[in-house]
Amino acid sequence: MNNEPSLLDTFFEECEDLIIALSDGLTEMRDGQADNETINAVFRAVHSIKGAAGAFALDDLVNFAHKFETVLDDVRAQRLAPDDSLLRTLQRAGDMLADLVDNARNATPANRALVDPVLAELQAFLGPEEDTATDEFVFEPMSLDLGGQDDTSPVYRISFTPGRTFYALGHDPLLLILAIQDLGPTEICVTANDLPNNFSNLHWDDGYLTWTITLSGPVSDLPIREIFQFVDDLCDLRIENNECAPFAQTTFPDHPPQPEPESGPTTDAPQRGLKDEQAERTAIKPTTTLRVDPERIDRLINAVGELIINQSVISQRLQEAALPNSSELFADLDDYKLLAREIQEGVMAIRAQPVKPLFQRMLRIAREASDATGKSVVLITEGETTEVDKTVIERLADPLTHMIRNAIDHGIESPEKRIKSGKAQQGIIRLSASQRSGSIVIEIADDGAGLNRPQIRDTAIKKGLIADDTILSDQEIDQLLFAPGFSTAAEVTNLSGRGVGMDVVKTTITGLGGRVAISTVPGRGTTFSITLPLTLAVMDGMIINVSGQTMVVPITNILETIRPSQTDLSKIGLNNDLLRIRGDYVPIIDLAERLGHAPPGRPLTDRVLLLIQTESIAQCALAVDDIYDQRQVVVKSLQGNYGYILGVSGATILGDGKIALIIDPEAITNTTSVQSQIAQPTEGGRSYVAA
Amino acid sequence: MTTHILAIDDSRTIRSLLSLTLEKAGFRVTTAVDGVDGVNKYLDQGADLVITDVNMPNKDGFGVIEDIRHGDRNRAVPVLVLTTESGAALKERARKAGATGWIVKPFDDESLVAVIKRLTGG
Repeated sequence: MNNEPSLLDTFFEECEDLIIALSDGLTEMRDGQADNETINAVFRAVHSIKGAAGAFALDDLVNFAHKFETVLDDVRAQRLAPDDSLLRTLQRAGDMLADLVDNARNATPANRALVDPVLAELQAFLGPEEDTATDEFVFEPMSLDLGGQDDTSPVYRISFTPGRTFYALGHDPLLLILAIQDLGPTEICVTANDLPNNFSNLHWDDGYLTWTITLSGPVSDLPIREIFQFVDDLCDLRIENNECAPFAQTTFPDHPPQPEPESGPTTDAPQRGLKDEQAERTAIKPTTTLRVDPERIDRLINAVGELIINQSVISQRLQEAALPNSSELFADLDDYKLLAREIQEGVMAIRAQPVKPLFQRMLRIAREASDATGKSVVLITEGETTEVDKTVIERLADPLTHMIRNAIDHGIESPEKRIKSGKAQQGIIRLSASQRSGSIVIEIADDGAGLNRPQIRDTAIKKGLIADDTILSDQEIDQLLFAPGFSTAAEVTNLSGRGVGMDVVKTTITGLGGRVAISTVPGRGTTFSITLPLTLAVMDGMIINVSGQTMVVPITNILETIRPSQTDLSKIGLNNDLLRIRGDYVPIIDLAERLGHAPPGRPLTDRVLLLIQTESIAQCALAVDDIYDQRQVVVKSLQGNYGYILGVSGATILGDGKIALIIDPEAITNTTSVQSQIAQPTEGGRSYVAA
Repeated sequence: MTTHILAIDDSRTIRSLLSLTLEKAGFRVTTAVDGVDGVNKYLDQGADLVITDVNMPNKDGFGVIEDIRHGDRNRAVPVLVLTTESGAALKERARKAGATGWIVKPFDDESLVAVIKRLTGG
């Protein structure tokens, strides 16, 4: 067999798709929405894995898939009813199959301790074990029974009269004769006794000739049989060994000449009924896709980034050149900008992938977690087709896993408790993805007990995260979940207590330029919302002046910009400025002061305020010195070189070649003062504020 | 003239494997991703031999053979069925559908090539 790595890669890539199809189908079956085609698709997925795995001699995978497929075949033929226990077994088998694929990919042996119980479970549905599995996969190179004769005799007489179907099924007597000639010296004789007297009765595909071949030389029976293996029932075949009287005679009467279309195997009937239905189901149709090395796309994205920088350089130069406004160059530049944006969006679309595979993995996490905790939980996924940047999907896997486990472990109550509080015994977790105005929102909502704020507060005090007299709003208490070293479980269970805390979840998501928000209703459940930028590489930013420094604020965070008059401003205490807007008071943060560029207490009247929306504080106003422009900027990460910098999410290169920091409004508004944070090491090394 | 083979299988892996094996043996190979695609390609481009999987979406291998045997292109083209099943039941089914021959997966490169050569003379 061929074991070329590229082919193996293809196989594993294909397996990924097949396992998604499998998981999809099993989910539909679980939800009771499965029709025959769903079950067929599930069967085919397992069957395809088995078939291809056989080519690479991946025996563990083949044997498991075979057993799995056998059970599915029984379900398909309605010999087995997909009740709860069978569905659970099928789910487990699906998970195990995915594991075995992983094992094969990593060339690690299968864990028999895990595989065998699932195999046994599958077998339980099949009844007592029959010894079919082993001999089915041994390659049988087209051999036939020989009847125990040995080949001492060197002369064979082979005669055959091709029947009508012989030709219709694509056979050619010449090719058979040539193949026999390859075996040794031959003498060929043809008799045409069957030819009709009237030649107008000749039919193109009818057989009229009988060929007799005498073959001598050291030949055994097997190769001759092999030559006729496909036709021994299509022609009147005799193979005689001259020295033993008629040997191994096989005479078949000719089959009815025309294969009758309606006489197909009985299993065909339900399949035919499905054809129309199949045509409608686009989801299972193979799609035409192009597989591209991600590195090439990354290079393209980088180039597009450079293109956008280049575009802003050109527009800056043009402005400096003081050309008349009527100059056609400006119109051309606008075209250029439009095209650049189109290219950029096109390239980003290549990287965008549906969140489906990610969500599929979560289904499994949820299953395992509910098994481990003994709670009955169903995970419902929504918006699986929402597309997100590939990198984002990859990096979201760990945070989502953790959050799902958390939701099951801490959010959903025990079945007894749920019944007591009048809820259905089965907990529901909703995992949804959607696109909302330039952002991707992923929500994990459980219908559990809601956050226990007094307990969170107590824990935070115990762990020394806050002083015991700190006054915190509900939102601030919720945010404590994300504080490093926080865990609400009375004892760390082996499920969610895996050394990853919600702080890591938050760090990861912030690293992707996103935010996490919590909303909770006691007794009704908790929802975590992750908001992520659509693209990582380019974003719309507002270019601002902060005490002489040029910086960028993401447009998505800005609700509006305000040039305040004195009457809009008021103070609480000595240094806490408030903006009065439509009857509400919103705290004002002087960005320059926060970043340590300016002393506190500068007048606000000649400044511009950016009204910002973040999760932790409902709204707040950032005071900046000026607004220059609003444009696309290419985001360059600083994390690789400088570690995580509080309040700064990255940097960009401006048209004049200067570097501008991109402000993370969430982090800025969340901290009392950056100065007090400098000394505290954070995740990923020490943090510094660029000055 | 190079012998032209149309290989129909919904598994990308098997398709690659077939292309690789057959091209190495000097055949020209066209692949199709399911039964419907396969029949269309056959009617469109023809082939000296067709290899088809059985279990496929949209149209299974037996449906492919049926269509070829009743279609407008050379109906007597050799069609090999590629399947994981083995035994008499398969043979009967394949024969009834009009298959020329059958190969059991996983297939052995050399036997596959030998069988194809025998059926096409190429």
